[in-house]
Amino acid sequence: MTTEMNPKDGILLEMRDIRIDGYSDERWHPIIKGVDLTLRRGEIMGLIGESGAGKSTLGKAAMGYTQPGCKLTGGSIMFDGIDLAKASDREKRNLWGTRIAYVAQSAAASFNPAHRLIDQTVEAATRRKIRPDAESRTDAVELFRALQLPNPETIGSRYPHQVSGGQLQRVMTAMAMSPRPDLIIFDEPTTALDVTTQVEVLSAMRNIVEDFNTAAIYITHDLAVVAQMADFIKVLRFGEEVEEAPTREMLTKPEQPYTKSLWSVRSLEKPEVKGEDIVLSIDHVDASYGPLKVLHDVNISIPRGRTVAVVGESGSGKSTTARVITGLLPPTAGTVSFNGKPLPAALKDRSKDQLQRIQMIYQMADTAMNPRQTVYEIIARPLEFYLGLTGKAKEARVMDLLKMIELDESFIDRLPSELSGGQKQRICIARALAANPDVIICDEVTSALDQIVQEGILKLLLRLQKEFNITYLFITHDIATVKAISDGIVVMYRGKVVEQGLKSEILAPPFPEYTQLLLSSVPEMDPDWLTNLLEARPV
Amino acid sequence: MSEQPETYAAAAEVGAVRKRRTRLERAGLLLKSAPPSAWFGMIVVGFYILVAVFADVIAPYGEAQIHPIPFAPWGGEFMFGTDQIGRDVLTRLIYGARNTMGIALATTLLSFLIGGGLGLMAAINRSWLDQLLSRFVDVLMAIPSLIFALMLLSIFGSTVTSLIVIIAVLDSTRVFRLTRAVAVNVAVMDYVEAAKLRGEGLGWIMHREILPNIMPPLVAEFGLRFCFVFLTIAALSFLGVGIQPPTADWGSMVRENASLIQFAKYDLTAAITPLLPAAAIALLTVAVNFIVDWFLHKTSGLRDDH
Repeated sequence: MTTEMNPKDGILLEMRDIRIDGYSDERWHPIIKGVDLTLRRGEIMGLIGESGAGKSTLGKAAMGYTQPGCKLTGGSIMFDGIDLAKASDREKRNLWGTRIAYVAQSAAASFNPAHRLIDQTVEAATRRKIRPDAESRTDAVELFRALQLPNPETIGSRYPHQVSGGQLQRVMTAMAMSPRPDLIIFDEPTTALDVTTQVEVLSAMRNIVEDFNTAAIYITHDLAVVAQMADFIKVLRFGEEVEEAPTREMLTKPEQPYTKSLWSVRSLEKPEVKGEDIVLSIDHVDASYGPLKVLHDVNISIPRGRTVAVVGESGSGKSTTARVITGLLPPTAGTVSFNGKPLPAALKDRSKDQLQRIQMIYQMADTAMNPRQTVYEIIARPLEFYLGLTGKAKEARVMDLLKMIELDESFIDRLPSELSGGQKQRICIARALAANPDVIICDEVTSALDQIVQEGILKLLLRLQKEFNITYLFITHDIATVKAISDGIVVMYRGKVVEQGLKSEILAPPFPEYTQLLLSSVPEMDPDWLTNLLEARPV
Repeated sequence: MSEQPETYAAAAEVGAVRKRRTRLERAGLLLKSAPPSAWFGMIVVGFYILVAVFADVIAPYGEAQIHPIPFAPWGGEFMFGTDQIGRDVLTRLIYGARNTMGIALATTLLSFLIGGGLGLMAAINRSWLDQLLSRFVDVLMAIPSLIFALMLLSIFGSTVTSLIVIIAVLDSTRVFRLTRAVAVNVAVMDYVEAAKLRGEGLGWIMHREILPNIMPPLVAEFGLRFCFVFLTIAALSFLGVGIQPPTADWGSMVRENASLIQFAKYDLTAAITPLLPAAAIALLTVAVNFIVDWFLHKTSGLRDDH
C-alpha cells in the first residue's frame, strides 16, 4: 500500500492512473484517460491545455471531487496518506476548505453577496475550530496585508460588490489561505481580469504561496501566466498527458509537437504596411451615455486594407467607439466619415448599402448568434438581405463561405450550441464576410478563446484581409494579438486617445506613461518576467 | 474520439456535438419521459378534443331539440335527464364542449396575438412606445377584469364575437406583461444587436430573432391563460351575459339547472345534474394544468441533467 510511503519524500499528492467519465448524449465518455500526477510539499504545478482537455476536471479530482455528470472510474488519489478516491464524503468534507482549498475562476460568482468579506474569509477556519475566531480575524487582516490589498484593516468589512474584481480574487486567495491548507487549487484565477490587474494578483498569489510553503496546482490556458507561477508544467490534451517538465526546460525545449505548437502561438507577427487611402475616419467625436461623457474628442483614421488596433483597459471607451461607428450610439459631437463622405449619425438613418459596408464581429460568439438558428440560416441571411441571393446561388455561396473559414458543409445544419468556441467565432466571421464589407469591426474577438484557437482565428483574419482587401478595426486589450494582426495602433485611456500611429512607432520607446504600464503588464514567456517587472516598477 | 490530429484544425475542434435526431424521434423521447400526471392530462385533453370535434356524431339528439318532459330523471331515454325546458343534458354537455372550448381557444389565441405582438414591440423599441403601451396596460389592469367585461358586454351586446374580442383584449394585458418581461432579456443579446446593425426591420427581429427564444414561457402561459379564459367565459355565462341560448355551454348549464340542487334529499342524481358541466370544466382545467406543469418543468432548467 502506498500509505506506507516514506513521508520524507515530501510527496503530498499522488494521483495514479486517474480515469474520469462524463455523461452526455445518453452515455458515458472518457474525459480523463489515465493521468498520473505527483506533487510535493511547497511545489507549484502548472496544468495547461485547451478547453475540453480535462484540466479543470483533473484539478477538481485532486480534491477527490467530481462535478455532477462526471464520475471517477479508476485510479487512486493519495493525499497525505488518505485515498480520496475511496474516502467517504464526510472524510473529504473534513479536508476540503481546511487542508485542501480551491480558488475559482470567477470570484464575483463565488462569494455570497449577502455577507461581509471578512466573515467569509474566516468561515472555514472558525467552523472547523482550527483556531479561535478572533485570532482568525487578526490573521485575515495580515493575509490581506500580505496580498497587498488596500486598507487591509477595513476592507474585510465590505461586501463583495464593493471591491473590484482583482481585489475580490485576492480576498478569495486569502480565504483559501486562512486555514493554512497544504494544497491550493487555482482554477484560471486571473482569466477574467485585465492585464494590468492580473499582474498584481499574480504577484500577490505567488508571494503568499511561497511564504507559507503551500503546494498548489495552477490551472490555466495562458502559457505566459503559468510560466511565472509554476515550478513545473504538465500539458494535457484530450484527457491525456502530453508532457511534463520543469518550467524552464519546458519553455526552452518542448519535446512534443503539440507543445511546440502551443509555444509558437505568441510568435505570430504581421509585418506592418502603411496605408494612404483612408476608408473610415472618426473626427472630433464626443459621446455620452446619458449625462456620463465617455468619449472625449476622439480622432481615428483607418486606411483601407489595413488593421488598426484599438487598445486600452476596460472602461477606456474602446467598445463605445465601435458603437459610435456602427451608429448604435449617435455621437454628441463630431462625425464619422466613410470613403470621405459623412455617415448619418443614427443607425436608422443609414442606407442598406452603408450598413452593408461596415460589419461587426462580437467578443462572445455565444451571444452573437441566435441559438435557435442553424449555421446555414445564420450565414445565409446577409446574403439574402443585402445581395438578394436565393435558392441555388445562396446555397453555393454559403458553402464557399464555409470553405473560406476552413469549415466544411457538415456544419450547415448545426445549432450554435453544437459548436466549439473557435468554430462559433468562425461562423460569426463568415456572417460578416457574407455581406462583402469594406470594414469589419472586431470587438475583442479572440479574448474568450484558448491561445491555439486564437492563433487560428487571427491567421484566418489575416488571410481574408489579404484576399479581399478588408479593413479591420480591431478592439483588444491583448498586446500579443495587437502585434500579430495590426498595422496601426490607437491607445485609449478614459475615453481619450492617448497615442496613435503605426505599430512600430507605438511599440517603440519613448512611451507615454499609460502605454508603458499597459505594455509592461503583458506577461511574457519568460519565467523571470514577473520578478524582473516587479523589481523595475516603483512600489 | 477516433482521430486525434497532431496539429490544429478548426473543423476538428471539440464542440459539444450531439447526436442528430429527427423531430419525430425527439417527440418520442419527450413523450417517453412524461410523468403519469402529464399522461393523464394529455389523455383527458385528447378526449375533450375528440368529443368537441365529433359532437354531431356522438350526441344522441340535436343541440336545441326540446323534448316534452322537462326535468326528466336520469336513465332510460335521457342518460343524464333533461333540463328545465326539456333539452337532453348529455347532448348539451357534448355540444358545450365544442362551443365553450372553441370560444376559449379563439379568445386565447387572439389575446396572445395582441398581447404578444405589442409586448415584443415594446421590448424592442424601449422608447415612448414602450411607456405608452405599458402605462395603458397598467390602467386596464387596475380595473377588475370581470366587472370591466360585464360592463363592456352590456354596452356592446353579448354576441360571440364581442365576447371573444372583449375577453381577449382584457386578457392580453397579462400576456403583454409576460412577453415584454421575457423579451427584454432577449432583446439585449448581441444577436439582436447584430440583426439591427444588418438593418433588419421590426417584423424580422420580433418574429425570427426574439420569438423563437421566448417560446417556452409563452407556451406555458398559453395553457394557463386558456384555463382562465375558460373560467371567465363560464362565469360570464353563469351571470347571463356570456354565450346566449340556445347555444349550449357549460357555464349557462350550471346556472339554468342550479335550482335542482335543492332536490338533493329527494333525488341525488337530479342534484348532480348542474354539477356535471361544472365537473367538466374542473376536469379540463386540471388536465391542462398538468400538461403545463410538465412543460414548465421541462423548460425551466429546474431539473436534473443526468
